[in-house]
Amino acid sequence: MSDSYLAPGLPQPMPSPDGLDQRYWEGLNDEQIYLQRCTDCGGWQWGPEWICHRCLSFDLGFEAVTPTGRIYSFERVWHSVHPALNEQGPYIVVLVELPQADNVRLVGNLLGDPHQEVPFGAEVEAVFEHHTDADTPFTLLQWRFA
Amino acid sequence: MQSTDRSLRGQVAVVGVGETDYFKRGESPDAEFKLALKAILRACENAGVSPKDVDGFASYSNDRSDPSKLAAALGCKELRFANMQWGGGGGGGSAAIGNAAAAIATGMADCVVVFRALAQGEFGRFGQGPRRNVIAGGMAHTVPYGLMSPAQMFAMKVQRFMHDFRVEQPALRSISLASYHHAQNNPRAVMYGRPLDEAKYDESRWIVEPFHLFDCCLENDGAAAMILVPAERAKDFANLPAYLLSAASGSHYRAGASVHNTPDYATSTFKTLAPRLFEVAGVQPADVDVLQSYENFTGGVLMSIVEHGFCEPDGCNEFFVKDRLLAPDGDLPLNTSGGNLAECYMHGLGLNVEAVRQLWGESTSQVADAQVSMVISGPMVTPVSCCIFGAEATL
Repeated sequence: MSDSYLAPGLPQPMPSPDGLDQRYWEGLNDEQIYLQRCTDCGGWQWGPEWICHRCLSFDLGFEAVTPTGRIYSFERVWHSVHPALNEQGPYIVVLVELPQADNVRLVGNLLGDPHQEVPFGAEVEAVFEHHTDADTPFTLLQWRFA
Repeated sequence: MQSTDRSLRGQVAVVGVGETDYFKRGESPDAEFKLALKAILRACENAGVSPKDVDGFASYSNDRSDPSKLAAALGCKELRFANMQWGGGGGGGSAAIGNAAAAIATGMADCVVVFRALAQGEFGRFGQGPRRNVIAGGMAHTVPYGLMSPAQMFAMKVQRFMHDFRVEQPALRSISLASYHHAQNNPRAVMYGRPLDEAKYDESRWIVEPFHLFDCCLENDGAAAMILVPAERAKDFANLPAYLLSAASGSHYRAGASVHNTPDYATSTFKTLAPRLFEVAGVQPADVDVLQSYENFTGGVLMSIVEHGFCEPDGCNEFFVKDRLLAPDGDLPLNTSGGNLAECYMHGLGLNVEAVRQLWGESTSQVADAQVSMVISGPMVTPVSCCIFGAEATL
């Protein structure tokens, strides 16, 4: 797909066969970020687990969060470790924390100039990158400065 | 009962070490299992132990050389302990020694080999991304964003630590320079004869910021092994005993939370281990004569050294200066064989071998009268581990 941040050819994400993160991937297709929230204690957690790590309830649900966050850390990658990225040049991976959901963190790319400065704590907003021409269409969660 | 009331201190000793020749990845003429056998035989020969009398094996990181097959191949009279430390990377190096020592101290086994063997040509490389078409589970949340190699998995931890404590690039560079400096004294080192200086480091390409090429470990083929016996038998062998004063393994609260969600993120994972390690050993950081600290990436070494109390987190730029890290006279001689950056990446077990060699006075970058010799294994993964060896005078 020509308008994706990274060159095509990387492994495509699919929901885990055990169903644990299926709601998350479905949500991205609909431009929503659904994360795990405990029905008993109300705590958020990510990555997904079978049990709430706070109150040990198995009664976990998924709930949509406001699609914004702030940069907790980042890295600028220069050396390709996958043939699909051999001509990519540098790219930026960000770790985004979501204060509105107990500071859980999500991994994505920071859209824009790969050489740009990346301030820690900067506010970012989600961009839903749809890969509709994949065998099984999927959506990646990307970020840009708010 | 406090766990420290049941201490391993001084109960077990290393009496032999063995290594194969070390090769660039993919260049070993021997299969991985044969490398394991060769290292074990050399360790037995070094100790003066018959391989038939080995009754236990301990390893880590899903080593592929199965203890039952090793015992069968070597004709061991009896197998009494077959142990694998959970977890990947080099985090299990010192844990495997602790596990072996625990078995010996409790009478489960009498002569245990700790080993690690790697032939990446035979079995594939660590530093490459997955080649499948689809991916599920935790990696589905990172790989499609180009986050897939060990360097990429750890760079964001180090970036955050460097940001929080204003650590500058020369601090990482000094760690790399120290390893390469020591490797020039070590004919076994893969980087022997290939020195590194500031300019060459600065000009080297980025792998992923903040790691230049020379901040990253090698990928090698080879094997290493150590022989552990009970302290009461330790003087029956050719070498001076290197007593295990302490070994710790584990990780902090929810270190294993997936997709980069551990609450304490910018850490080498040693904060909870270090106090236990020193308490059992009965030593302080200032008592450590020489340190081997696992370099998957220099940033992990820096955070490890901070979290073991050798340096304050906001003092890194002053502490990590090359000359302070060199044998024989530096304040904290570091990675005196060349370590994973410049001797060989034997998943860190070479660091434990070097720590013992320092107590024997047999290092190629020897610290004078080394009595307390410490190893930190596999920073930033979970579980991690660390251990301290001591000469007889420390008991």
